Parts: sequence; structure tokens; C-alpha cells
Amino acid sequence: MSWKQLEEGAVVKGGTSASYIVSGWRVEKPVINEAKCTNCLICWIYCPEPAIVRHEGGKVTIDYDHCKGCGICETECPPKAITMVREP
Amino acid sequence: MQTQTARVAALQGDEAVAEAVRQCDVDVVAAYPITPQTIIVEKLAEFVADGRFRGEFVPVESEHSAMSACVGAAATGARVFTATSSQGLAYMHEMLYNVAGMRFPIVMAVANRALSAPLVLNADHGDMMASRDCGWIQFYAENVEEIYDRTIQLFKLSEDPRVMLPSTINFEGFILSHDKERVRLLGDEPIKKFLGRPKPKHRIDPDYPLTFGAIATPDTYYEFRVQQTEAMKNALHVLDEVEMEFESFSGRRYGVVDAYNTDSADVVMVINGSAGGTMRATARALNAAGERVGVLAIKLYRPFPAEQIVSNLAHARAVITMDRSLSPGAPSGPISEDVKSAMQLAGLNKPVLSVVYGIGGRDLSTDDGKNIFGMAKEGSAFGTSTVMYGVKV
Repeated sequence: MSWKQLEEGAVVKGGTSASYIVSGWRVEKPVINEAKCTNCLICWIYCPEPAIVRHEGGKVTIDYDHCKGCGICETECPPKAITMVREP
Repeated sequence: MQTQTARVAALQGDEAVAEAVRQCDVDVVAAYPITPQTIIVEKLAEFVADGRFRGEFVPVESEHSAMSACVGAAATGARVFTATSSQGLAYMHEMLYNVAGMRFPIVMAVANRALSAPLVLNADHGDMMASRDCGWIQFYAENVEEIYDRTIQLFKLSEDPRVMLPSTINFEGFILSHDKERVRLLGDEPIKKFLGRPKPKHRIDPDYPLTFGAIATPDTYYEFRVQQTEAMKNALHVLDEVEMEFESFSGRRYGVVDAYNTDSADVVMVINGSAGGTMRATARALNAAGERVGVLAIKLYRPFPAEQIVSNLAHARAVITMDRSLSPGAPSGPISEDVKSAMQLAGLNKPVLSVVYGIGGRDLSTDDGKNIFGMAKEGSAFGTSTVMYGVKV
């Protein structure tokens, strides 16, 4: 694209990173063992991305489109309900 | 010409900046005190306390924070000012590029002071030269009234949609920042009319979220940087319009260079900052004694007014370049290198004597000026390395 066409100051619409899929960055993915999960939300607080989704009633699931596989949730989970599993 | 001088005052350079900022309807000032710029920040804080300045004064904990706060304020479309010097400017360095890259028209006063170590409070241009490539428009003033006038002009120049680049007014610490001079102050109203209000294309709005300076790739970064160089080119022409309009109510105009006797001089000295006046006085005395010398004072350093500089060197037999900054290991000072490269591009092949002077506040007198013009007359100094004028050996 010519320099004449780019928006000066690199100004873009906000919130565009939500449409950016980073699942390909992962080597391992976190898997929640629902039987062990106490819905304490520690993983939701510690996750550096908004990849832990909090549902009505406190239940959590993982947004695999935005999880980069860092494993912080596995380390921080008090009842050890999260396990990192090698991606196929 | 009818001019609108409101009153005449004796002001220090720093005080003149503060007065100009008060009159320019600035919305946000975020600044941290540092000698020899402190008076600017103190005066502005005083204006706020006295209810004479309606802008928001943000006392921050460092210069990095000062410029960061300025970025946030500018993103809302506010008119923003800050001031610093030496270590403070160095501490801002990272943010300077961000401001230019996000195209915020922030105006900054820099009371030039040499960089540590060893610690020194006095002037040279080393602080601004270290940030030379940051994408800011850079002016150098020669006297207090010029500092005052340029500060006002900078808001108009920076905020022009064809420019949208941040700008600095540079003036040597103590020599100009603390020197009390006669200033013909302009009225608040004509300045307000001259400037209008900033009208940025984009501004932060909670209802319409924007990202400024978003991530680029090797595919686009180069083009964003080229946009800045194009805006710099525009600034040269826009400045002409700004100066014409400023002159219409102030009666004062500076241009990008000040040429004294460059048409009929054998030797022309190129210089910037406060020493320009001293060297002009030297040249007048020498010419009265039958010599043929001239002085070309650079007012605008970025964008570099190559055309106006080269045309003033066309008639000279030889050129002297004067740098008030020292770049260890470089072939010569930044001004010398720029002048030489402009000459080369224009096909001008003349001997150039590169001189470094005034480092860390070392004075440059008219006698020194005579010595330097004398070196050019002898000719033996040409072709040698940069002359470290006045250094104790």
C-alpha cells in the first residue's frame, strides 16, 4: 500500500485484536477437569489474555481462539483442575 | 505596518515561553522541572495558582511520564505543551518517537544544556542533537523575543493538517533561558485569533474507540515513516504561511535562515542559536575593517532548509560551519555534516572549515569569532579534521 493511502499516525478502529486468532501460537493447550474445578476464578484473574471465559454462575471455559498456551492457569489453579495437553 | 504590541516587558527566555503558553490557550501542560528550564514550569504553575491560566497543569514524576501524559492529552485533541532540558530530554527520548509517529502536534520548549557525565548545568546543543532524528520540527532561537514569537508560531505550524508533527523551540540554557531582554509582548486576543483551536482528524472518544500508533509490519512501517518525511517537507511551506500571518499582526518575521552579507562575502560562517548574533557583530566589525565575511544563522534545523542554505553559500569562496555539540568519533558536527551534504547535493564544491565551539557552556566572544574567521583566511585549517575551538591543550 502506498504511503499516501495509510492512515496518518497508524490510527485504526479499537478492539480489532478480538478478531485476531492466535491459536496457532500454542504448543500445549489447557484442559479443565470440571470435576475438580471449584469455580474460584483464579485462572480468570491470572490469564494474561482474555482467554478464560466466565459464564453465568461462575463456570469457566477456555476461548481457544485467544489462548496462546502460556500455562499460567495450570500453574496458578489451586485444586490442580487445569492440565496442559500437547496439541496434536 | 500596524502592529499590536500590547506591552513591552523585560523577560527571561523561560519567562517568555511561559507567557506565550499562557496566551496560546493551551489545554494541558505536563512537565517536570529541570535546570535551566525550571522557570517555565514554575511560572506556569504560578499562572494556574493565580487563575491566569485555564489549562490543566499536571505535575508528573519524571520526563518520561511528562511526555506520556502529553501523549494521552493530545489523543483527546487537546492543545498540549511541555518543556525540558538535557537529561530530561534524554529521558523522554523513547516517547519523542511515539509522539511523532502518532502525529500529535505537541509543542515543547528545550532550554539546551549539555549532557552528563560529567554533570554540567550549562549550554550546548548536545541534548537536542541526540534526539535530532526523532521526527520533531526543530527551531533554534537567537534572542528572547524570538523565543516568545516562535513558541506562538509552533502551535499553528504543528496543528496544521498538512503538518501534524510535534515541534520544539530550542534556546541555550542560561545564555537565553535566564537572560533578561526586552520583549514586545502581543495581545491575548490577536494570538487567540491567529491560532484558532486545534482540529485533529482523530481523537479519543469512548463511543468510538480508536487505537493510535497501532502495530505495523515490515510491509507498512517504512511507509508510516515516509509520511513523516513528507509532512516535514510540507512544514517548510506551511511555515511560510504561518510567518506571513504572524507578521500581519506582530510586524515580526524570522524565516528559516538569517543571512548577513552572504551575497558579497568571501567567507560565510554557518551557525545556529544565540552565538549567531555574536558572530554577526564580529562580521560587521571585520567588514568595517575591509574584510569580506558573512554569517548565515540557521533558524530551522528540522526540516533542514537545504535550498535556502545552499543559495546563501553560492557566492562564497569558503564556508565555516559552527557546531555547538560534539559527536565523539564523527567526522564533524551534525550541522557541518548537513551543510556539507546539502552543498554536495547542489553541486557546490568549496572548502569547508568545521568548527566545534561552546561545549558545556564555554563562551564564544567576538574575539573568538575574529580568530575563527582568521583561521579561514589563512586557509591552513581547511582539509584537516574538525577544529575543537577554544579547547585547552
